[in-house]
Amino acid sequence: MKIPVVKEILSANDQVAAENRVAFDAAGVLVLNLMASPGAGKTSLILSTVDQLPEEVRPGVIEGDLASTIDADTVAARGIPVVQINTGGSCHLDAPMIRIALPNLPLDEMDLLFIENVGNLVCTADFALGADLAVVVASAPEGHDKPYKYPGMFASADAVVLNKADLLEVFEFDVDYFRRGLEMLNPGVPLFVVSCRTGDGIKEWVAWLLSCLH
Amino acid sequence: MHELPVTEGILNVALEAAQQNGARRIMAIDLVIGELAGIVDDSVQFYFDILSKDTIAEGAVLRFRREQAAANCGDCGHQFPVEVPLTAVCPVCGGNRLRVSGGREFFIESIEVEDEDSGSEGDSERERSGGG
Ligand SMILES: Nc1nc2c(ncn2[C@@H]2O[C@H](COP(=O)(O)OP(=O)(O)OP(=O)(O)O)[C@@H](O)[C@H]2O)c(=O)[nH]1
Ligand SMILES: [Mg+2]
Ligand SMILES: [Zn+2]
Repeated sequence: MKIPVVKEILSANDQVAAENRVAFDAAGVLVLNLMASPGAGKTSLILSTVDQLPEEVRPGVIEGDLASTIDADTVAARGIPVVQINTGGSCHLDAPMIRIALPNLPLDEMDLLFIENVGNLVCTADFALGADLAVVVASAPEGHDKPYKYPGMFASADAVVLNKADLLEVFEFDVDYFRRGLEMLNPGVPLFVVSCRTGDGIKEWVAWLLSCLH
Repeated sequence: MHELPVTEGILNVALEAAQQNGARRIMAIDLVIGELAGIVDDSVQFYFDILSKDTIAEGAVLRFRREQAAANCGDCGHQFPVEVPLTAVCPVCGGNRLRVSGGREFFIESIEVEDEDSGSEGDSERERSGGG
């Protein structure tokens, strides 16, 4: 006998993500889920962004890491409230991990929460966390073909940041080719070409982010 | 790889549905997975066999229905199925204004459970069908 089910495979995670979202909304915090390959510049982007925030916008960070506290320490050294989640080998953050971290985070004292996901361009996209914005950070050294090879990640992004723009020429990175791949999957998604090294493009990115706050 | 939490998700959704329907045994689980969802069929069945031990889903066969993703050419209107890695140009006109849709499905469609009156004999459903 066949029983119809029609239920998302990761519905248990989605359920907890929805609960996280309610907690974020209640505290009036805009939450970003930053996803990227290892080393694309997630931590650098958080720091560059925070540097440009107006004073009244208070940041916070959740650092997802396989094991180390390197990124969390870097962020904390800048005086930004940060909670570290060690995923214990899991290749992505999931909604229950965020829920467990929440009591350690002063949500009422922040306006913008960055969640730095584990460096991984595949799994992270499938596990909703309850964030308002899914942001994919790509970078010049990874090559311009990433949207074609990892469509799931780029299809579900609310914004894409192409970092290390200072290295575009070195890596013969064709921004138009990258953009077309992105458009193919996710028409109209904002793309910000930035360099955390030189600061290029960060202003435009931060302006967009602030426009999402309201 | 995240086959492990995915497999846990499959098992839990199936067990819950079986319980709600008072089923005694799950023989098969029908999954709909989009071409772009990036799950490897064989490894999921492998994990499932381990995780489902001592549950009413032990021995159940996972049957995958793959949903294709399609590209639509903005220049000539040609529509064609695509796989990963995606192609950047239309095979008909060479245009590069493509739109990809579909292929992101990731859900359990149904479960096959043992009928109240049927014995465990002669269950063709239990034979490995091999996902595809
Ligand atoms: N040239 C250049 N290097 C950059 C830029 N942004 C970051 N980097 C460098 O790239 C390396 C990785 O940057 P991170 O910010 O640690 O990257 P991440 O994505 O947080 O890395 P993981 O957390 O380890 O996955 C560091 O050596 C940075 O200095 C950039 O715009 N240009
Ligand atoms: Mg980092
Ligand atoms: Zn065409």
